[in-house]
Amino acid sequence: MDLTRLFVIFLSAMLVNNFVLSRFLGICPFLGVSRKLDTATGMSLAVIFVMTVASVITWFLNELLLMMDIPFMRTIVFILVIATLVQLIETVLKKISPTLYEALGIYLPLITTNCAILGLAILNVQQEYRLMETIFHAIGAGLGFAIALIIFATIRERMDLYEIPESFRGLASALVTAGLLSMAFMGFQGLVRL
Amino acid sequence: MTSKYKDIMKQGLFEQNPVFMQALGMCPALATTTSAINAIGMGVATTCVLVMSNIVISIIRKLIPDKIRIPAYIVVIASFVTMIDMLMHGFTYELWKTLGLFIPLIVVNCLILGRAESFASRNSTVPAFLDGLFMGLGFTGALFILGSVREILGNGSFMGMQFSEVKLFAFVLPPGAYLALGILAGLFTFVSNKFSNKTKEKS
Repeated sequence: MDLTRLFVIFLSAMLVNNFVLSRFLGICPFLGVSRKLDTATGMSLAVIFVMTVASVITWFLNELLLMMDIPFMRTIVFILVIATLVQLIETVLKKISPTLYEALGIYLPLITTNCAILGLAILNVQQEYRLMETIFHAIGAGLGFAIALIIFATIRERMDLYEIPESFRGLASALVTAGLLSMAFMGFQGLVRL
Repeated sequence: MTSKYKDIMKQGLFEQNPVFMQALGMCPALATTTSAINAIGMGVATTCVLVMSNIVISIIRKLIPDKIRIPAYIVVIASFVTMIDMLMHGFTYELWKTLGLFIPLIVVNCLILGRAESFASRNSTVPAFLDGLFMGLGFTGALFILGSVREILGNGSFMGMQFSEVKLFAFVLPPGAYLALGILAGLFTFVSNKFSNKTKEKS
């Protein structure tokens, strides 16, 4: 397996094509749970975990769909599997590791409608990644999401201290901040080339 | 009765506008609005799925056991998304190629599942249809405004017609999407606050 290629995929998913800031996937949790740093951290961990597991499972499923010659069922199958998987992870975590469940518990159900997970699964298929590449892509994407979310949460905690014009409080100011952050991340463009 | 329908219309288009007021469906709103045409394409596709899924869910709402309602809604929505995906691939290939990933991702648009859960599952077919239609139009309208602003500022053109040489490329790139939507959302809140204050003073 070509290690450089894996590293390039990893870096590009994490920084250059950051899921939130340049691909616009997973905006809902990005805006929703970024008010406090600890909720942001919890959500990030949950996303990294689910992304990796979901990518591997959807990779095998896609092979199965191709074998059965019904690739048009992809969207339905993927979303159902992701929804079930999230439920399953929640139940299993509750049994095996109550501490981890405490930390991730409330964020897990929210992940089902996180378009970053389904988006990642579909991207893996579109790019025709092999299994190892899929795993690296998933971990990179998850870490990229975590970096963006955590930086954004720390900025928003600071922003609570300032006076913002009334109509720009909340959503509007958050979006403008995200815009500036996205501009900063554009600096990574050209770091690696696929 | 008609006043109820009017209410649904006003809610969808302004008071509960999916993008500006509720911040639902932000991913496609940011990603597909590089031009006004793309924005309309995305808006119309989402509206179609929303209307169909609202109708079907309101028809079968009494048959679905409460516990598995969310997976059931997802299957209904995903089926319509697959149909739209294939239709667009067949009839509007260029648009299908530009929107790309975001067509299958209509499934996870929180707007659609949100309307299924909060409206279609509690109302009969006609109001559910109207709710889907006007929420969809509200979404399309918001996307169209955002797409137009970004296209005019970023590319100096409108609906593909070039009229100016001034191009602020940043508005076509990702940061511009966030900035433009942020400023528009702020203005939308500002105007609607002004408006509701005025009506309050009058009454």
